[in-house]
Amino acid sequence: MSTLGGAPPSAALDGAGVRENGAGRRTKAAGRPARAMAWLRRNLVMIVALLVLVYLFVPIGYTIAFSFNNAGRSNLVWQGFTTKNWTNPCGAPEVCSALVNSLKIGLLATVAATVLGTMVAFALARHRFRGRSATNLLIFLPMATPEVVLGAALLSLFLNVGLEPGFWTIVIAHIMFCVSFVVVTVKARLAGLDPRIEQAAMDLYADEWQTFRRVTLPLAAPGIVAAALLSFALSFDDFIITNFNSGNVTTFPKFVYVSAARGIPAQANVVATTMFVAALLVVLTGQLLSRRRRA
Amino acid sequence: MSVTAVAAGTRAAAGPEGAPEEVRRGRRSTPYLLLLPGMAWLVLFFAVPVFALASLSLQTRVPGAEIGVYTQTFRWANYSDALTEYAPQFIRSFLYAGLATVLCLAIGYPLAYAIALKAGRWRNLMLIAVIAPFFTSFILRTIAWRQVLADSGPVTSTLHTLHLLPAGTSLTASGTAVVAGLTYNFLPFMVLPLYASLERLDPRLIEAAGDLYATAPVGFRRVTLPLSMPGVVAGTLLTFIPASGDYVNAALLGNPSTQMIGNVVDSRFFRIVDYPTAAALSFVLMAAILLLVTFYIRRAGTEELV
Repeated sequence: MSTLGGAPPSAALDGAGVRENGAGRRTKAAGRPARAMAWLRRNLVMIVALLVLVYLFVPIGYTIAFSFNNAGRSNLVWQGFTTKNWTNPCGAPEVCSALVNSLKIGLLATVAATVLGTMVAFALARHRFRGRSATNLLIFLPMATPEVVLGAALLSLFLNVGLEPGFWTIVIAHIMFCVSFVVVTVKARLAGLDPRIEQAAMDLYADEWQTFRRVTLPLAAPGIVAAALLSFALSFDDFIITNFNSGNVTTFPKFVYVSAARGIPAQANVVATTMFVAALLVVLTGQLLSRRRRA
Repeated sequence: MSVTAVAAGTRAAAGPEGAPEEVRRGRRSTPYLLLLPGMAWLVLFFAVPVFALASLSLQTRVPGAEIGVYTQTFRWANYSDALTEYAPQFIRSFLYAGLATVLCLAIGYPLAYAIALKAGRWRNLMLIAVIAPFFTSFILRTIAWRQVLADSGPVTSTLHTLHLLPAGTSLTASGTAVVAGLTYNFLPFMVLPLYASLERLDPRLIEAAGDLYATAPVGFRRVTLPLSMPGVVAGTLLTFIPASGDYVNAALLGNPSTQMIGNVVDSRFFRIVDYPTAAALSFVLMAAILLLVTFYIRRAGTEELV
């Protein structure tokens, strides 16, 4: 913790002399075990952190490995390496139809939630208006409500008005819970922007629309893209709310959950692995792009 | 880009935030036009459904009608009936969620601390690693845990060989497995806001504490921890709320005696078609969590979360 680079020398000396935990600042007299202990103490946090990351990755590794399992209907025990699940991803037809449903719902919900949420974020970050705290509350509450309640509440509404749950009720539900996350993400981006840039554009005779299109929107774009990606991830992986409002329509998570009892085909692992790699590529590309832009 | 933005998103949840400093010139109706579609959607498909849920929770069966037909009779006893019958599941939900939250904080704090203050150029890569689990299916990951912890799996057989686990006992289908699953699944929700608040912390403050003769533990307790409290508050809420309503972990990793309130709501709705009880239970869960959140935020002092 003590990176004493910036501290005045006297303070550094005092600190090392008095502090028991002044790790790494011991004299040569300290032996090898003492140095090992000091190293351990200095890097303990990092070691723990890396162990926690390993813990996070164990089930992911399992999921990826079992996409190569030479298993039949039930993909529970390792039976040998094969690539046949990868060459024949629609070998279990239900997997593919569920995947197509999830992709369609995810795209529709993402587009709608990103547009609605971005508009709200702009209103909150760039305008003064009455009813601000009510607006904040209405955005916060869906995030502070357990998914079971959101799902059950929507289903009660659909039962009340006699709307048969299906594809469109899932889309409605997904837009609802994604909007709040879009607002929070885009608003954070807008809050970090210097408002003087927009003022400068206006001073240079850009009208409101031009300022928005040529200055504000490009600056907010990373936040909007991030919000869209987050929405898609939330929608694609949602199970609880979907399960309440899906009727007979099967999404990918619902398919996996329902077939858990009688065995999940390895093709489901292929789909999950593909999504994992694709998302990782998107994020890493974004990282590289923003690094290059900064450089 | 998206990692930092996601962290920034949670940062907004972590810290208080004032009104915008600079207000754009323009028509007074502009903000309302911007708000209208999004807010209308949330009113129609969040606020109105909550009222529908409340209404459903007071209904009773129509005598002689087919299953699933209910009529409004304002039967408040639905609540007391539901609560007396399912008190154990309620208590268990909060207990499991509370344990998972504490465990997430215990292992998430060092991770967030390392990323924010120790990782240097590896920071973004470690952040991506934290959100990477979201890129694979939540349910498949939970099922993967079932395989890892299964009787024939690596963990149980190792523990059996080392005689750390009595022969014949298993790790799956237990309360421990459910809490472990909840901890695993909601850990990123803890780490991201913690990271966001630790990242804003000026490391020179920690150095200053050291220069003023504070030992590392004292410096942590008196400087780092208080400054990261907004992250702790946001992280515990973001972990506890979804964990208390979750039923996937209890269904996949537990047994019938580890059922949580979500499992009851699910089975009341779909297996027994007892809508009023399910609605009453959901409503109580929502109210309990809102009370808890309000109380907690008051105590911890982060007034505005959005």
